[in-house]
Amino acid sequence: MVIPHPAAADPDAAIWAALAEVPDPEIPTISVVDLGVIGSVELAEDRSALRVELMPTFIGCPATEVMRQAIGERLAALGIAERVEVELTFAEPWTSDRITAAGREQLRASGFAPPPHLRELTALGELPTLTVVPCPYCGSRQTTLENAFGPTLCRAIYHCAGCRQPFEAFKPI
Amino acid sequence: MTDLEPATRDAVAELLLTLADDEFVLGFWDSEWTGIAPMLEEDVATSSIAQDEIGHARAWFELLAELTDDDPDRIAFGRAPEAYRHAALMNHPRTDWAFTVARRFLYETADAVRLEALAGSSHAGIAGLATKMRREETYHLLHWNAWMRRLAEGGPDTRTRLKDALARLWSDAESVFSPLAGEPALLAGGILPESLADLRGRWIERVDAELGSLGLARPTSEAGPPSDGRTARTDDFRWLWGEFTSVARSEAGATW
Repeated sequence: MVIPHPAAADPDAAIWAALAEVPDPEIPTISVVDLGVIGSVELAEDRSALRVELMPTFIGCPATEVMRQAIGERLAALGIAERVEVELTFAEPWTSDRITAAGREQLRASGFAPPPHLRELTALGELPTLTVVPCPYCGSRQTTLENAFGPTLCRAIYHCAGCRQPFEAFKPI
Repeated sequence: MTDLEPATRDAVAELLLTLADDEFVLGFWDSEWTGIAPMLEEDVATSSIAQDEIGHARAWFELLAELTDDDPDRIAFGRAPEAYRHAALMNHPRTDWAFTVARRFLYETADAVRLEALAGSSHAGIAGLATKMRREETYHLLHWNAWMRRLAEGGPDTRTRLKDALARLWSDAESVFSPLAGEPALLAGGILPESLADLRGRWIERVDAELGSLGLARPTSEAGPPSDGRTARTDDFRWLWGEFTSVARSEAGATW
């Protein structure tokens, strides 16, 4: 009796499920899928190659290469294609609006305020200054931007007047 | 884009090298503030901005290496000081904080104008990176504009230091828009959608608007961008080159 490979029946679902298991190296509670960094996914008809596009959050993000390797290894383990290629792309810029609703909840639950939606802003120039970022701990909107630059390229530092805690927020970009 | 005409390919390579070297060298100068910036929050901010710039340089170096079939690390670390093509603005050491703020303001304003144009480049790789960089650089520009105001309104000492730094840096800041040998080819192919002279004009308008709001006058310069603005090198830069290539030179060809 031949037991079909679990990935054989619905390869797309298997690929996306595998990607959803790859965490962001810097904020491991969120996956690369919920972070929105996965672009196109193409499996060749003859299964010779699986090509995945990776959209870096920040161009200089030192976690990008770690992410690329982790995605490559996880997909190779699926055994779905002879070769797996993970390629960086800037053809369309990653923006923080690509983070999913589930991803936003995961960020909040681990103490990072999710980024405000860019579509609420009128201009790029207003990015970090005019938006209200609710405190991820107490939900207060009485928060102030302390530093638009934080411990990693993608984070800013805020202070909450409600619970008197500093907190980090994912930058809208 | 390896199917470009040789002359166009050389022109694109020259442009990419200037873009990369500007970010690379300035990123290294500013990384020197890590640990000694005026306050802790600023230490974090300057370091983060410097890291952004090194990352941007890496992306430009990679695009260049793809075009010329080279190794990005070799381009970044394997050249003699005279082969770097950053603007003369980046030949100076970090000096004091007002000097760093003035240089940053002049450069970020120029870079914003340049990236806006390149976002419309006919070269897909350049347009994609420029579009992404604009979003990151917006944070930088806001940050340094805030520091300009702070120093301009911070009292006689900070205001004088800022004015002196602007005066000292002005002619070298013009070098960001110094002519490139391949500019006609870049313009003809829409790779550079606007001439460097036009970009310089827009840069000066924005500098004037910002300085005007602070009650500061722009240093005058009749000469415009010097022709050797991207080739003149200084002992200060040679010292920095010695620092940032020290690891690569310690063991040629090593990988890590």
